[in-house]
Amino acid sequence: MKDKFTIKDLNFWYGEKQALKHINLAMQDRKVTALIGPSGCGKTTFLRCLNRMHDLYPGNRYHGEILLDGRNILDKGLDLIKLRSKVGMVFQKPTPFPMSIYENIAFGLKLMGVKSKGEVSGRVEKALKDSALWDEIRDRLHEPALSLSGGQQQRLCIARAVAVEPDVILMDEPCSALDPVATAKIEDLMTELKQNYTVVIVTHNMQQAARVSEYTGFFMLGEVVEFDTTEKIFTAPSNKLTEDYITGRFG
Amino acid sequence: MYTHYIKRQTANYAALTISVLSAAFGIFFLFWILKDVFVFGFRAINLDFFTELPAPPGMEGGGLANAILGTLLITVLATAIGVPAGIMAGTYLSEYGRKSRMASVVRFTSDILVSAPSIVIGVFVYALLVKPLGGFSAIAGAVALAIIMLPVVVRTAEEMLKLVPDSTREAALALGAPHWKVTVHIVYRGAIRGIVTGVMLAVARVSGETAPLLFTSFNNAFWNFDMTEPTATLTVTIFNYAMGPYDDWHQKAWGAALLITAIVLLVNMISRIILRGKA
Repeated sequence: MKDKFTIKDLNFWYGEKQALKHINLAMQDRKVTALIGPSGCGKTTFLRCLNRMHDLYPGNRYHGEILLDGRNILDKGLDLIKLRSKVGMVFQKPTPFPMSIYENIAFGLKLMGVKSKGEVSGRVEKALKDSALWDEIRDRLHEPALSLSGGQQQRLCIARAVAVEPDVILMDEPCSALDPVATAKIEDLMTELKQNYTVVIVTHNMQQAARVSEYTGFFMLGEVVEFDTTEKIFTAPSNKLTEDYITGRFG
Repeated sequence: MYTHYIKRQTANYAALTISVLSAAFGIFFLFWILKDVFVFGFRAINLDFFTELPAPPGMEGGGLANAILGTLLITVLATAIGVPAGIMAGTYLSEYGRKSRMASVVRFTSDILVSAPSIVIGVFVYALLVKPLGGFSAIAGAVALAIIMLPVVVRTAEEMLKLVPDSTREAALALGAPHWKVTVHIVYRGAIRGIVTGVMLAVARVSGETAPLLFTSFNNAFWNFDMTEPTATLTVTIFNYAMGPYDDWHQKAWGAALLITAIVLLVNMISRIILRGKA
């Protein structure tokens, strides 16, 4: 199996505060990797390193290597726009753009330089079908995206991320603002997505990690305590801390 | 226990009465002004008022057509200068400068400019444009009004852009959009309604300004389409006519007051309707 991301001794600082310490792990292509751990353990911080989202705010600092297909994305000359079109992201709260459902997805396509109207509408339809949203909204494509329900908005955001055909999709607690039915739909979606994409998901919900992922990393205090197959982490963790966390003794 | 209840109820009624009375006091004067403007103003309004030039002093009749046109020209030119600059400065504050030193200087300056008396701005433009160019002009008037609009537009644009959540910006950037596209296609899109409202309120505000125009566009008894010449405006006309010796002038001043009040009211109402429309 091929590694999509290889992280070598990654350290990260918010100003003076070190948030990640000596992270080493690898994420395989076309698998779902879940990142779990107590609040403030650095899992979201880590996820946001993978598309260099931290660069938006001054004072943030990386040290180490994040190899995407063998190339270090922390290199100075790296084109962030190219990186982000390869590594898509879905956020904790749905983030629809203030425009119609159709335009939400077309926006990303136009960014990529897709110009022909026919191609745009074909790919919008495909993205909505891939994210299991098409049947619910096919008649309301030109209504504002903000009129959708929370779960639909989140699936729209996934559709938007998928439409531009990235290699990797990062998901930052994508279900934490959703009800169980919407959550189930998104979990199904993740299983579909891994056929074509590498998925990295941060979650507070350990059952979710167990259900959807092949690999799981357990983070604590900015360090990776244990990283292994999900089966191993949830049935026979080798670290006492991992065991305590997944059995609910703390966190 | 029961007395406590009575006490609270009395206090509640007392507070309610005071606040209703205060509100009524404020609204009373507002309606009084509006009533007078409408009652006296209507007597002056007829077709000639909109189409004729002012009659020579002391003569009856005539209209304020040139002043209406002048107000329109100067306000439009002021908007054309003040609004783009204001929106761009607001964009800088909200999307680029943020917490930088430069941004806080700009914010502080525009806050001071908001509260600068408009007559001071009139005198400033007099020294800046009227003196050097050798005469009063519509352009000078428009520049003075644009300076008055600028800080209002800057701060509303900034506030409205800031209402677009950062998570929306992040989401667009995470799709691989460059910063300027995020600003133009996403952030403006989310803030457009608020910005338009702010612009309209700024337009309404300057269209009622008199003091800065006295020093800049001055007045003119005739038609004027040349922006480098002195130009009549409704507000300056009110100022001159209301203090003049003729009854017909007083009448015309009321008419001009009604017209300008109606315009300001209309612009305000339109901006409210825009703001209320669905997002």
